[in-house]
Amino acid sequence: MSILVDKNTQVICQGFTGSQGTFHSNQCIEYGTKLVGGVTPGRGGESHLGQPVFDTVADAVAETGAEASMIYVPAPFAADAILESADAGIQVIACITEGIPVMDMLRVRAALDGSDVKLVGPNCPGVITPDQCKIGIMPGHIHKPGKIGIVSRSGTLTYEAVYQTTQSGLGQSTCVGIGGDPVHGLDFIEILQMFEADSQTKGIVMVGEIGGTAEEEAADYIKSKVRKPVVAYIAGVTAPPGKRMGHAGAIISGGKGTAKDKFAALDAAGVVTVRSPADIGARMLEFFV
Amino acid sequence: MNLHEFQAKDLFSQYGVPVPRGMKATSPAEARAAAKQLGGDVWVVKAQVHAGGRGKAGGVKVASTLDDVERYAGEMLGAELRTAQTGDTGLPIHSVLVEEGLEIANELYLSGVVDRATRRVTFMTSSEGGMDVEELAASSPEKIFTEAVNPVTGLQGFQCRKLGFGMGLTKDEVGKLSKVMMGLYALFTDSDASLVEINPLIVTVNGDVLALDAKINLDDNALYRQRNLAELRDPSQEDQRESQAHEIGLNYVALGGNIGCMVNGAGLAMATMDIVKLHGGEPANFLDVGGGATAERVTKAFKLILSSENVRAILVNIFGGIVRCDLIAEGVISAVKEVGLSIPVVVRLQGTNVEVGRKMLSESGMNIITADDLTDAAKQVVAAAK
Repeated sequence: MSILVDKNTQVICQGFTGSQGTFHSNQCIEYGTKLVGGVTPGRGGESHLGQPVFDTVADAVAETGAEASMIYVPAPFAADAILESADAGIQVIACITEGIPVMDMLRVRAALDGSDVKLVGPNCPGVITPDQCKIGIMPGHIHKPGKIGIVSRSGTLTYEAVYQTTQSGLGQSTCVGIGGDPVHGLDFIEILQMFEADSQTKGIVMVGEIGGTAEEEAADYIKSKVRKPVVAYIAGVTAPPGKRMGHAGAIISGGKGTAKDKFAALDAAGVVTVRSPADIGARMLEFFV
Repeated sequence: MNLHEFQAKDLFSQYGVPVPRGMKATSPAEARAAAKQLGGDVWVVKAQVHAGGRGKAGGVKVASTLDDVERYAGEMLGAELRTAQTGDTGLPIHSVLVEEGLEIANELYLSGVVDRATRRVTFMTSSEGGMDVEELAASSPEKIFTEAVNPVTGLQGFQCRKLGFGMGLTKDEVGKLSKVMMGLYALFTDSDASLVEINPLIVTVNGDVLALDAKINLDDNALYRQRNLAELRDPSQEDQRESQAHEIGLNYVALGGNIGCMVNGAGLAMATMDIVKLHGGEPANFLDVGGGATAERVTKAFKLILSSENVRAILVNIFGGIVRCDLIAEGVISAVKEVGLSIPVVVRLQGTNVEVGRKMLSESGMNIITADDLTDAAKQVVAAAK
């Protein structure tokens, strides 16, 4: 088992024929992902990387039966692409695009509320179940099938956690980069819930960073609902308090959101926290020796 | 991107949010002329900088003669204002706002912000506006009222009434507050704002409701579709190296230490700073080279790091996903060549095309120390900086 995607997941790419879409679709195909086509408006009927191109996601779904999509379209058009995917019945949407205006994401989230569409990202590396399905931009070769579920707000820091759990021999069940934007799709809690229920996952690595209160909320959730071992790291202990304008940011977060607060909340929830990002793999290994 | 108070108030006026009559001035004589034109016998001279906390820092002065207006403007213009929100380096004052003085009956707080938790534009109000609202929020959170706006329906009248009556306003005042909030919400969504704050929102002795202050923060990701607002940017209010980095698509923050860091991804960049510190070093900067790093951009990033005189060693930590390691290696090599680098560079590469990248570095003949993992890299660069 795994979460979100597996060897049977049929994937399409939105922004298929662009440079990013082409490069990463190629990498995904080489990795073994069942990429069954792609979408570029106006290029329907063509073939790209040996797969059919469609004008719309609806066409792609009708022809291929795709159930997952990865999005590389430029930021001004990315919200539209997410909603098009959801409208066409795609179940798992990984939006890689960075720099989407937050107003666009507010509307996307409102539109997706109440649906069972699973949006990963935006501004994220995507999701991978090692040796089965990679939808995103993560370097495939650092992954190894195994027992650790990884969920992270940061892109490249996810790779660090992956690399360490591979080196330690534990491997990964599924890795999900949920993205660092203020308004995004799946959050820590939803992923933790899936990992807790997944029989292949025996331990969970959670990588957070400063800002917002998602880690604090995840800590509460872990305390009451997660029985599997969790190792957590929060980036940004040394980040200086930035320049700011006005008081609203501080008031809305209720003074929470520093790395110190997050570590404290996780410690209190019984999570094993590491102060060095280089210790994630070694600390997780201690649960399995 | 931040706007100045006078720019924000121009926008407020366009959206029907009442503001005191006022004029911007860039010289003491201009300030005097502005006050004369405004008339009355009390004026307020306000330093225009991108930070709050101006009142406590001497950036807001009440004048009762034209001579005082001119004198206060003279004291402010050309000076630097350091407030609790600017950090250690102050911000230069290049303009002041001269406004009519008003008789205040009541000071309220009103702001709208994109709230991560509710994923909504959320309005916050308090009946106790003014300089200490943050302390109030921390000590008496029940005195802050919030309303989250559903983006499908937009702000509704009942939400304004809840906040207004919640603050104890009269029916007439609630009506005026609603008009202010409706204007602010339209401004917020039309302008792709991430924060709009009025502190204080005042009720005058005549019963008028006005925005005495105005802060607007815009979403940088949306500036491509906010061309008119993007032109209001004032680079003098930003750190020079940070704006320079911004121009070439890099995310850079100058810090106090001596170890220059170049990393891809904000999270890994913060983690790299954390681990450098954990091993006894002090980072000189935060620098995220971003996703689509090219050799040219890496070269520019190197020059940016070296523009700080404190840097004694550089740590390059790249975990390639979007960024290919061979491109980074190419950038490192060309930068070291071009800049004629004399300080040690520790490079830790992982990810896509890592073998090619490492080979390029080791065959370059440059004085580049390669590291295998994060701890090794941190230890090497801390040792090299000593």
